[in-house]
Amino acid sequence: MKRLIAGLPFIAAVIFGGFFLWGLNPDRDPNEIPSVLISQPAPAFDLDPVPGLETPGLARSDLVGNERPVVVNVFASWCVPCRAEHAVLTRFVEREGMRLFGINYKDKPEDAVKWLNDLGNPYERIGSDLSGRTGIEWGLSGVPETFIVDGDGTVLFRYVGPVVGPDAVERFTQALKQAGALPKGAAS
Amino acid sequence: MVPEIGHFALALALALALVQSVLPIAGASRRNAVWMKSAQATAIGQVLFVAIAFAALMQAFIVSDFTVRNVVENSHSLKPMLYKVAGTWGSHEGSLLLWILILAVFGAGVAWFGSNIPAETKARTLSVQAWISVGFLSFLLLTSNPFERVFPPPLDGNDLNPLLQDMGLAMHPPLLYFGYVGFSIVFSFAVAALLEGRVDPAWARWVRPWTLAAWVSLTAGIALGSWWAYYELGWGGWWFWDPVENVSFMPWLLGTALLHSAIVTEKRDAFKSWTILLAILTFSLSLLGTFIVRSGLLTSVHAFAVDPERGLYILGLLAVSIGGSLALYAWRAPEMEPGGLFRPISREAGLLVNNLILAAATGTVLFGTLYPLILEAITGDKISVGPPFFNAAFIPMMLALVVFMGLGPFLSWKRADIAGLLDRIRFVVVLAFIAVLAAWYLLNGGPIMAYLAILGAAWLLFATLREWALRIRLFEVPLAESARRARNLPRASHGMTLAHAGVAVLMMGMIGSTGWKSEEIVFAAPGTEVTIAGFDITFEGATQVQGPNYIADRGTLVVRRDGELVTTLFPERRYYPVAESQTTESAIRSTLAGDLYTSIATPASDQVNNAGAWTLRILYEPLVNLIWIGSILLVIGGCLSLSDRRLRVGAPRRAKQPASDAVPAE
Repeated sequence: MKRLIAGLPFIAAVIFGGFFLWGLNPDRDPNEIPSVLISQPAPAFDLDPVPGLETPGLARSDLVGNERPVVVNVFASWCVPCRAEHAVLTRFVEREGMRLFGINYKDKPEDAVKWLNDLGNPYERIGSDLSGRTGIEWGLSGVPETFIVDGDGTVLFRYVGPVVGPDAVERFTQALKQAGALPKGAAS
Repeated sequence: MVPEIGHFALALALALALVQSVLPIAGASRRNAVWMKSAQATAIGQVLFVAIAFAALMQAFIVSDFTVRNVVENSHSLKPMLYKVAGTWGSHEGSLLLWILILAVFGAGVAWFGSNIPAETKARTLSVQAWISVGFLSFLLLTSNPFERVFPPPLDGNDLNPLLQDMGLAMHPPLLYFGYVGFSIVFSFAVAALLEGRVDPAWARWVRPWTLAAWVSLTAGIALGSWWAYYELGWGGWWFWDPVENVSFMPWLLGTALLHSAIVTEKRDAFKSWTILLAILTFSLSLLGTFIVRSGLLTSVHAFAVDPERGLYILGLLAVSIGGSLALYAWRAPEMEPGGLFRPISREAGLLVNNLILAAATGTVLFGTLYPLILEAITGDKISVGPPFFNAAFIPMMLALVVFMGLGPFLSWKRADIAGLLDRIRFVVVLAFIAVLAAWYLLNGGPIMAYLAILGAAWLLFATLREWALRIRLFEVPLAESARRARNLPRASHGMTLAHAGVAVLMMGMIGSTGWKSEEIVFAAPGTEVTIAGFDITFEGATQVQGPNYIADRGTLVVRRDGELVTTLFPERRYYPVAESQTTESAIRSTLAGDLYTSIATPASDQVNNAGAWTLRILYEPLVNLIWIGSILLVIGGCLSLSDRRLRVGAPRRAKQPASDAVPAE
């Protein structure tokens, strides 16, 4: 009995050690936040276009019924990382044929217009989410965030933070390919 | 050239550590005095070489030697000199070097001062200490060389994380590490005792000064870190139950338990295997902390850059040191004979309860910290465990602890006199209830839990003072006689009184600043007025100012009370262009009654409706300074106890001392 008790700390340490070993798995990212939206239908929303921009507004109905899954990107002109991400997304649209829709989150219309005029507009449609209401529906934890939505309106993938840097771009590319969001034969 | 000398010195230190890890312990088992003696020289040599390496790295930081990768990544030529120096331990590599330096300092300390420790015990202890050195020196040299060069050298560095460019934080790691790593020598003593198969009161007395020194530094380090978080992060809180905070807190809790259980081993020759276990576990938790902070295992605001390979290496070190020592414990501890018997109501029993509660509290923090990892491993769910769990689980335990903390010093060893005890504390209990009623009357309302806590804090404070008064027979005999008694009381006894009173003061601060905090967050255009806790605060606007390596938006807040000017506060939001990051410099009006705490940020949302407005965060935290004052009392108490003649390093001899009631507990 006494031996057993004296051995307990050792046994506990071994168990904890096992969990630590598991936790060191390099593919594991403790900062990753899983989305409850994954494999769930995208939330219903209907956003007006950004005033002063010719790009039409965005509603849930625009996301469904497409031939290939599409990408929804939440951005704002006041968000500095969005600026870096903008270049990456533009490249995906121009080179790979990705279809991109935007939600302009809590942004002054004139700032958004100026921002898009400066950097270029890769978005097919942009909804203006002035109140942030739609952002709540999508469960945003910050800006930017990027979602892949398939033809049934189901959310397949969520990326929190800017898709910038080789690792992020690689993960995003994988997700696009898995979802079949890129047309066959596109340059890559 | 200098960095190469540093690198080479590290390699030499490793060589010495290798010798020290084998020769003295082999000498101890073969009774070869020369081999045992070699530990003396190697331990001191080790500290010299590690110090040379540390000085070499510091020199690289001071002269901004941008051919060294570590300096490039963590320094900048424009940085103030103080932070250049502090940058030495601002990175993973540098802080690990500091860690090893302190490890070597403690080893050399035992070699230098421990002349009265029997040669065999000393040789074994120093060998065990060298095992730890070998592990960490090889870790540093193989995976995280701080002296790595970079070619071509860049023109300037990337700057130290601006959050860390702060006086409080410059001093925080050295103190914290001194505490963390200080427990290593206690661990080595424990493993040596297990190898020897003998623990006696003399052992407890050799260990005590080292435990106390480590505990004092850890207390100061944690308090400093908390103080830094309070005024630098701009959130107005002083404890967030963040994993990195928790891993420094766990060794403290268990170290506190060790401090008290070692008293029982010293005085009564009891709790022997428990004290050994605590010594092992306290340092194990320090190692666990090092591992968690450097492996990226858990999400935290202040973890180091993540590298799984390093994590694996430290996990290997942990497996060997913790696994090895606990296996040794499982093997040898059952053979230790139990010591002195005691009654359920006695000093021993009081300290046993203290130990059980502290161990349970440590377990709670450990569980809460690791629960997200365990849950993720088993079910794949990701959650985070936050303050609600810790507050709900931890605070009741601490309240129970406080009850026993007040009671304990009244109890005598072996068997306490219950009637006499009740007689002595009756007055204190009444006083504590009066204090609660007074608080209720003055504050009218507030959380009920807070009043329970006030009761606990008042009880602890009065009981501690009453016990001290009894010792010097205050008001029973003439004052001069009391003063004479106070002088003759061992310093350790005063130390205990101060430390226990410090906990009561600390609690008052915690209760005031959580139970009666008021907070306002406003979007304010210039001219806006905010009223909080009787202060009228006018936001006069913000201007841009230029610092040495930052640009800041500085807000001007005029504080009035009943129309009279109290003070003007200038909170800042600093932008560090080189490091591309921002910090909040809160402006605080600090008085004993409470802190008026203000911070400013540019509005991040609601841009449309509040154009030109600034986000102001204004808090009033009553009594918050008592937290730091209480911490200082704890540290002073520990230092007083450390300076006690009985505990002076090297003083004790392995001689059976009869336990006597006249000797105080601490």
